[in-house]
Amino acid sequence: MAAEHSPLEQFAIKRLVELDIGGVDVSFTNSSLMMVIAVASITLFLMVGARRHAMVPGRWQSMVELAYELVAKSVRDNIGIEGRPYFAFVFSLFMFLLFCNVLGLIPYSFTVTSHIIVTFVFAGAIFIGVTVLGFVRHGLKFFGFFLPPGVPIYLAPLLVPIEFISYLSRPISLSVRLAANMMAGHTMLKVFAGFVVALGLMGVAPLIFIVLLFALETLIAFLQAYVFAVLTCLYINDAIHLHH
Amino acid sequence: MKRDDLPPPIEGLDARIRRARDARDDTKSTGQQSTGLAWAARLTTEMFAALVVGGGLGWLVDRWLGTRPWFMLVFLLIGCAAGMLNAYRAARRFESRADDGVI
Repeated sequence: MAAEHSPLEQFAIKRLVELDIGGVDVSFTNSSLMMVIAVASITLFLMVGARRHAMVPGRWQSMVELAYELVAKSVRDNIGIEGRPYFAFVFSLFMFLLFCNVLGLIPYSFTVTSHIIVTFVFAGAIFIGVTVLGFVRHGLKFFGFFLPPGVPIYLAPLLVPIEFISYLSRPISLSVRLAANMMAGHTMLKVFAGFVVALGLMGVAPLIFIVLLFALETLIAFLQAYVFAVLTCLYINDAIHLHH
Repeated sequence: MKRDDLPPPIEGLDARIRRARDARDDTKSTGQQSTGLAWAARLTTEMFAALVVGGGLGWLVDRWLGTRPWFMLVFLLIGCAAGMLNAYRAARRFESRADDGVI
């Protein structure tokens, strides 16, 4: 009984369609299904919102415009005018993470972003992309990023490794933050849901707590998607402008 | 032609809008408490990530050169410093953008 009602059971990957290409397991899993659902929902959300471009927007159009303006503002504030080519990327990233986070809150669904491998692929791709961008824009001068200007040269052997490790830690902190937030929140919800059943009538107390926790989780779902997008903007800004 | 139920005339509109806007700005910091949690998580992961990267890098160099545990110790210290630097930079950014304290 304990095994099938474990709070961690919700994170299990289940193969829905077994697939094997050249010895590599590429099965279509519940995780893949949720990603497809997220992309489909985003497409639907944006299509419906943009169907009628009214001067005075309706509710649906307002939501789409709100999402657009939120990302546009953070790109403008963090990168400036040069950030415009990267808007499409940041917007797609934000919408995908947001929808994965929020869809994961629906009972019996699956939270894609609670798996660190998913968030790490995103963060790693951003890290590599930003590094390539830095070298394309600045060539070898990009190495100057690891030595802050105005630092005496005899401190360089100490500061360059520190800056280098700080730079390498970016994809780790970016991916761990999102995955850990999602996983901790969903585990906590399940643990307290277990208390409701176990306590019988007294279970009203943890039930009230779950309602409050759920509100907090909804906030975190939005916030973590936003944080991920803003940090991506900051990293792109570092690569373009070469300063911290 | 003066009626009592009409709103005050247009001359005072500017001042009224400004007053309403000021009143709204006061409520801006209500979200601070809930974002404090995200903020704490942010600082911890920044420090933790640098430490992990430092330790991991040292471990790899040690395995490559067979000098266990010296590089790992040195890189853990450097990672510690890098974590502090990360947290410091994040905190400084937070200070300079007090208006929306999410990041």
